[in-house]
Amino acid sequence: MTAVTEADALRTPRRSRRSTTLAIGCVLVGMIVAVAVVSFFWVPYDPADTSGDRLMPPGLPHLFGTDKLGRDLLTQLMIGARIALTVGVGSVALGGLLGVAGGLAAGFATRWLDDTISALLDILIAFPTLLLAMLVVAVRQASLGSAILAIGLAMSAIVARLTRVLVKRVLSQDFITASRTSGTSWPRVVTEHVLPNIWPTLLVNLALQLGLAVLAEASLSYLGLGPPPPNASWGSMLQEAQATVLTSPVGAIAPGVLLVVLVIGVNLIADGLRDVADPTRRRTR
Amino acid sequence: MSLLDVTGLGVRSGQGRELVSDVSFTLEAGARLGLIGESGSGKSLTALAIMGLLPTGMTASGSVVLDAPGLPRTQITGATERDLNGLRGRAVTVVFQEPLTALDPLMRVGRQLAEPLGRRHGLRGAALRRAVVAALEEVRLTEPDRIARAYPHEISGGQRQRVAIAMALACEPALLIADEPTTALDVTVQAEVLALLDGLVSARGMALLFISHDLAVISRITDHVLVLRDGRAVEAGAVRDIVNAPRHPYTRSLVDSARELDSPLDRITL
Repeated sequence: MTAVTEADALRTPRRSRRSTTLAIGCVLVGMIVAVAVVSFFWVPYDPADTSGDRLMPPGLPHLFGTDKLGRDLLTQLMIGARIALTVGVGSVALGGLLGVAGGLAAGFATRWLDDTISALLDILIAFPTLLLAMLVVAVRQASLGSAILAIGLAMSAIVARLTRVLVKRVLSQDFITASRTSGTSWPRVVTEHVLPNIWPTLLVNLALQLGLAVLAEASLSYLGLGPPPPNASWGSMLQEAQATVLTSPVGAIAPGVLLVVLVIGVNLIADGLRDVADPTRRRTR
Repeated sequence: MSLLDVTGLGVRSGQGRELVSDVSFTLEAGARLGLIGESGSGKSLTALAIMGLLPTGMTASGSVVLDAPGLPRTQITGATERDLNGLRGRAVTVVFQEPLTALDPLMRVGRQLAEPLGRRHGLRGAALRRAVVAALEEVRLTEPDRIARAYPHEISGGQRQRVAIAMALACEPALLIADEPTTALDVTVQAEVLALLDGLVSARGMALLFISHDLAVISRITDHVLVLRDGRAVEAGAVRDIVNAPRHPYTRSLVDSARELDSPLDRITL
């Protein structure tokens, strides 16, 4: 805790291992992002184009083959990347914004307000995400927006609870009191000390949540609660390829692999970010 | 008029338990007072009540009047947050026990020190950087430039406590409250930091309220002590008298255990 000079020697190799993690994560996510960006300007076929032969194996003219309706799989995969990232980033933005705001409010609130917010959060967390998604879909129909709304809402409760605990922990520390003993006003304490101190943990958690959001979108689409066709989501591709997985495995394997690549990439970034964002972590891990 | 006049100070917890009751003392400008007692005796709460910084839920009663030169005479109990913020730093400030938690772990030392310095003296840019280095030099930190760029976990415990002292002095307070400032330090470092604190307080003519559980430490830095037990003042007077002829049984046990643990105490006071 106090012995520090030895830690200086440890820091350099540790840190570089961490930045390798970050670099690999960035490469993996970067590939998916590149594919998603390209899909906005160019896809090999129209996603609704069923002119190809059914269940073609990989080759030409369909690089990854076709599905059971004769649609081009590469096209679907590219659009799927776009949808996965949109839902991931969208729901993290929504969940992060709501969650951090709610958590800050609860962290600073007086006891009864804090208790009320905490109870609400507990209920929201106990509520199954899928059930929440079904409710949202029932009210708004299945769409990209509904998926983002459902996943973002479920996420906001988790983020809010984390933020609340982090704020409470920081506020109880001496350096907040020390800062106030020198006459620093509350708003300045929040911007100068509270937010910077909860930010690293929050950032890592939001990155992890992004990976979970991508998986949640795949699950929703698999159940038919995601964006409807012709918006090919990886989840719905998996579902459609399920019946023909033995005769034509590419349709199931390709979206599955991309899903794993994206989630692992995001998690590696989250892991690597921990050190970049938090100088005190550089010596302990 | 005294700098600090505490009369019948009481602190209650949220559940209504009395944590400090009927503590009274006065402190003239430039004077020193030691506050001694075991953990849980209400020493730190007394200090926080003087700052108007009691943890949420706790309430203070009685009267704490702070009359620092150049600042309005203020009754701390019941004062508004705005009034208190004007006093904190300039009238009174605190050095805490554990320097690692008293510094923001994610902010470079120089920047933390720049915050009160800049606010107090209206400095910016290069002038502020020079003031930060000067403040670090004043607490006898070698390599002030390196320390200013370091994060708190990158410097030693003694260095951290020196930085914390520099931060407390940045606002040039009339009264410094030192809440067990050396308890978390190694014995050798402890002596150095005590000597530093002693010198700085004398040089600036500050009043000092020194809180400790250690009679030997207190006897090195102040002449007068107030003995607290279970939130009540049990005895007050000159350190010499209290060590030689403790009147209250608790004080006697305090002195006896201090003698037992700290035989050098005999050499210092007798």
